[in-house]
Amino acid sequence: MLQTIRERRGLQVLGLMLPGGFWLIVFFALPLALIFAISLMSRDELSRPALPLTLANYQQTFDPLYINLFLFSIGLSLLTTLITLIIAFPVALFMARLPRRWRTVMTLLVMIPFWTNFLVRTYALQFLMRANGPINTLLLNLGLIHEPIQMLSTPFAVLVGLVYGELPFMILPLYTSLEKFDWSIVEAAQDLGADALRTLVRVVLPLTAPGILAGSILVFVPSVGSYITVELMGGGKINMIGRVIAQQFGQSGNWPFGSAISLILMVVVTVAALVYFRIGRGERSAL
Amino acid sequence: MANDFAVELRDVVKLYGNMAAVDHVSMSIRHNEFFSLLGPSGCGKTTCLRIIAGFERPTSGQVLIDNKIMGLTPPFQRNVNTVFQSYALFPHMTVEQNVAFGLEMKGVSRAEINRRVGEALELVRLPHLAKRYPKQMSGGQQQRVALARALVNRPKVLLLDEPLGALDLKLRKEMQIELKTLQRDVGITFIYVTHDQEEALTMSDRIAVMSHGKALQIGSPLEIYERPTCKFVADFIGETNFLEGRVTAVNGEFATLTIRNGYVFTGRRVNGLQVGEVATLSVRPEKMQLVEHPVEGSANTYEVTVFSIAYVGSDTRVIINLGDQRLDVWEQNSTSTLNPDDYFFKPGEKAWLTFKPENALVLAQ
Ligand SMILES: Nc1ncnc2c1ncn2[C@@H]1O[C@H](COP(=O)(O)OP(=O)(O)O)[C@@H](O)[C@H]1O
Ligand SMILES: [Mg+2]
Repeated sequence: MLQTIRERRGLQVLGLMLPGGFWLIVFFALPLALIFAISLMSRDELSRPALPLTLANYQQTFDPLYINLFLFSIGLSLLTTLITLIIAFPVALFMARLPRRWRTVMTLLVMIPFWTNFLVRTYALQFLMRANGPINTLLLNLGLIHEPIQMLSTPFAVLVGLVYGELPFMILPLYTSLEKFDWSIVEAAQDLGADALRTLVRVVLPLTAPGILAGSILVFVPSVGSYITVELMGGGKINMIGRVIAQQFGQSGNWPFGSAISLILMVVVTVAALVYFRIGRGERSAL
Repeated sequence: MANDFAVELRDVVKLYGNMAAVDHVSMSIRHNEFFSLLGPSGCGKTTCLRIIAGFERPTSGQVLIDNKIMGLTPPFQRNVNTVFQSYALFPHMTVEQNVAFGLEMKGVSRAEINRRVGEALELVRLPHLAKRYPKQMSGGQQQRVALARALVNRPKVLLLDEPLGALDLKLRKEMQIELKTLQRDVGITFIYVTHDQEEALTMSDRIAVMSHGKALQIGSPLEIYERPTCKFVADFIGETNFLEGRVTAVNGEFATLTIRNGYVFTGRRVNGLQVGEVATLSVRPEKMQLVEHPVEGSANTYEVTVFSIAYVGSDTRVIINLGDQRLDVWEQNSTSTLNPDDYFFKPGEKAWLTFKPENALVLAQ
C-alpha cells in the first residue's frame, strides 16, 4: 500500500516536471547545445558550418575590433541602465504615492506603448530626430541653432532609442518595490533630522535595491544584445555586438563565428547578472 | 516667563475633506511634563501628534515648540522626536546604526556618536543586542530600540504614538513603569498617545481627553477621574452610572435632579446648570454604598432590590434595581471570610442605597 503511494507520488512529481522540463530542453538546452556545436565548427566552400572542429571562431572574437565592440556595447548599455534608472525612479515614486485607483491608471499608461509595434515606435523616434524632423525644426525656429543637428546615426541616437524602449522595464519593477515601501520609515528618517536627499540615499535607495536590481537587469541584458534599435537609430553607422551577431547569421553567412560571439555575449551577461545579484543579496540579507 | 511652554497648540484645526480630524484644539504642554492624549480610536490623537512633528500641516491654527511658531518648519528641523506606533525602525540597519542615525544627521563626531549610542542602549537595557537587525528582535525589544533612537538625540519633546500598543499585557505594565521612570530621569517632555485610560491615569502628569477631534477636558488624572466636566469624559474614564432627569433645585455648589421615575438626587453642580435644564447625574459604582439600615434623613438614600452579585476578589460588584433603573454598586471586600453569605446581599433581597452629594456630579446633557 505504502509502496504504491510512494510510487504514485514519484510518478506525480515526474508528471509535474514533464511539461516544464520539456520546454526547457526543447527551447533552451537544445538550441544552446546546437549553437555551442556550431561555434566550434569551420565552414565549407558554401559557407555552411562543417568539420573539422576549431577554436578559430573564439580566437577571432578576441580581435581588438570585437573587444572594442563588446566594450562599447557594455558601456552604452550601462549608460542606458543608469539613465533609465534616473528617469524611472521619480516616475515610479510618483506612481507609488498616488491614490490607489490612480496607480492602476498610471500603470496602464506606462504599458500602453507596448501595444504599439516596437518597430513603429522606433521609426517614430527616428522621424522625430531627423535633420528636418520636429526637434530640429523647433530648435531652428526658436533660433537656438542655425543649422540642423545631426542626431541620427550617432551613439546618442542609439542611446535615446534604447532608453526610450527599455524605460517601462525599469519603471515597473521600481514601482512594484516602491509600492510595498513602508513610508513611515521615511517619516522616521525625517523625524531624525534627515533632509530629502539623505533620506533618499540612506533609506529609500537601500530598501528599494531589489527593484533597482531587477529593473537594471531587465534593461541591461536586452540593451547589450539589441539589434533593431542600433540598426534604425544608428543608421548603419553605429555598430554594437547584437548587430554583429545578426550580420554573421545574415549577410556574412558566418554561422560559426556568430555562434561564438553569441556564447561569449551570454557568458558576459550571465557573469554581470551574477555579480549584480551578489551585490544585491548583500544589501538584502538584512531585510 | 508666564507663557513658557514646551509645546503649544493654538486653536488647531485639521480637515480631511470636510471631516475635522482635529477640531479647534488648544493645549499648552509644560516643560518636563508627561502629557497624554487619551481617546477612542479615530478621535484624532495621531493627527495631533503628526501636526506637532510637522508631518501634517494644520488647516488653521498654530503650533509652537519651545515658544517658537513652527509654521512651515519641516519635520527634520523641529526639535522633537517621535516613537512611531509601528516603531518604523530601519530594517537595513543594525540596532546600533538605527540609534546612531539621528546623531549622524546632526553631524556629531564619530567618537561622540559611539559614546551616546552606548549610553542610549544602556538606558533601554539593550547594549548586548547592538549588532542585531530589527527583524531579529521581539516586539518589546524593537520598542526599546525605537525609544533609544529617539532619546539619543536629546530632543526638547518626545512624541510617543501608542508605543506599548503592540505589547502583551504583562510587558506593557512593565514598560509603563520603565517609561515613566525614564521620563523623570532624563527630564524630557513626553507627549504620549494612548487609548488605554488606565495607562494614561498611571503615567501622566496631565491628560487631554479627546473625542471626535475635540479636546474635551485637560487636567490631572485626579481631576479627569473625580471631576469630569462632561458625560463623555465621565463615561470614558472608569465606570459610572448615569441617571437622566431635570434640574429641580440649585443650591450653590450643588444641584438637585428629579429623574424620570420620580426619584430625586443631589450632586455637585457642573457646567453652571440652572433649574429646568435637562441634566445627567453621574455617580461611580465605588462611591455608593448598600446598607441594611439607612441613616435617618440622609440625602440620595432609597430602598432598592438586589438584582445580581459578582465576587471579583478585591470587591463585590452588585447590580441593583431602583424602580426600573438599573445601577452598578461596587462594595469593597474589606474583611476576609469563606462564607459566601458574608459578601453582602443576595439577589432578590431589599437593601438601602446611599451616597453623599459630594460623590456625584450633575452634568449637562
Ligand atoms: N490622511 C488621512 N486622510 C483622511 N482621513 C484621515 C487621514 N488621517 C487620519 N484620518 C482620519 O482622521 C481621524 C483621526 O485619525 P487619527 O488621528 O489617526 O485617530 P487616532 O490616532 O485617535 O486613532 C480618523 O477618522 C481618520 O480616519
Ligand atoms: Mg492613532
